[in-house]
Amino acid sequence: MSIATIFEIVLAAVVLGLGIWTIVVRETYSATVGFVAYGLLVALIWVRLDAIDVALTEAAIGGGLGGVLLLGAAAQLRDSEPAVTDAAGNAVRVCAAILSALTAATLAGAVLVLPDPAPTLAPAAVSNAWATSLANPVTNVLMAFRAMDTMLEKVVLLLAIIGVWSLAPDSAWGGHPGPRHQADPHGVLVFLARLLPPIGIVVGIYVLWTGANHPGGAFQGGAILAAMWLLAIMAGLADTPPVSSRRLRLILVAGPGLFLVVGIAGLLFGSAFLSYPPAQAKPLILAIEVAMILTIAATLGLLLAGAPERRTGQ
Amino acid sequence: MSGVTVFGLCAAAAVGLGLYGLITNPQPLRKIIAFNLLGSGVFLLFGVIGRRGAAAGMGNDPVPQALVITGVVVAFSATALAIALVLRLFQTTGSTTLSNAAPSGTGSNPSGD
Repeated sequence: MSIATIFEIVLAAVVLGLGIWTIVVRETYSATVGFVAYGLLVALIWVRLDAIDVALTEAAIGGGLGGVLLLGAAAQLRDSEPAVTDAAGNAVRVCAAILSALTAATLAGAVLVLPDPAPTLAPAAVSNAWATSLANPVTNVLMAFRAMDTMLEKVVLLLAIIGVWSLAPDSAWGGHPGPRHQADPHGVLVFLARLLPPIGIVVGIYVLWTGANHPGGAFQGGAILAAMWLLAIMAGLADTPPVSSRRLRLILVAGPGLFLVVGIAGLLFGSAFLSYPPAQAKPLILAIEVAMILTIAATLGLLLAGAPERRTGQ
Repeated sequence: MSGVTVFGLCAAAAVGLGLYGLITNPQPLRKIIAFNLLGSGVFLLFGVIGRRGAAAGMGNDPVPQALVITGVVVAFSATALAIALVLRLFQTTGSTTLSNAAPSGTGSNPSGD
């Protein structure tokens, strides 16, 4: 292991500074902006850790979409800055500080005494890559070796969207999520919303396709597609679909549904749940990923749009 | 000290900071941000451990990487659900306080906690 470079130390210091800022700053909006900057810089740390797949996910979902979500909520709650001072008392603050410092110190100690040589599953992941004929080990782990996690995560996305929708007032049930956005038709936002989506859609599909052999995959590609969709929605060029739409619901269950079907087929005709026959592994994984990217893009977009607010035609 | 260790210490500090913010900040949105900070520190610890497990031509162990990718997406969906809950609370009560002694008094629970 090499000595830390100035760049790494400065990066860690700036990330930590932004972390402190998001916790101590008084205004919620400032904290949110700090957290978005934090998320983007953390993506740089992931690049330095040689985990490009994670860096892409962190930048697209953690920094990008998560940032939009938090900023939107902070803007809506701006006039609800606490009227009552239900801030924690001094005793609570001191106890929390001691507890947090102890937790951080324990973790830091654990980082300093990690075993050497470190245990690793990289050789196992690389030497079994033949079974799927995909060259990106991270995609192999996600789609084949730990496919169960990825399938269940799709179910979590589905549960989250059901949870968000179920917060709709009775009068709006079955309607469109979020407000209907209006923008100046000659403004910059509308111009960008017309210019960027064709490029963004190509990039999103490319990221999915290249994920087989290079960093990328359905998560990162899906986040890019979701961002393009949201851009068109925010510019008022498109509307969110009503949550009662059958086609929309079909897209939302496509990813986990196809995953489950392939998994059960593996159980019936193969050796185990979610086992792919090596000869058909690549087409099967690709089919699941295509269904997944649709589900991910639709779910991420709708999670940002929020609960249904308007009946059709309103 | 190597760069990986520096990032590891940074991750540990992020977990501590997030925990502190989660406990002491009274506003739900701030608690959500603090919880995300905590989670981001945990993910970074995975990355640091994976980086140390670099082998077989991989710069970072692919298994923790895949777990973190799954984790980031799950954290995002949980955050979206939490924010939807806070916004709904704001719509129905006009405030986002979690305290029972809220001045609005709408639907307040007389039995205390």
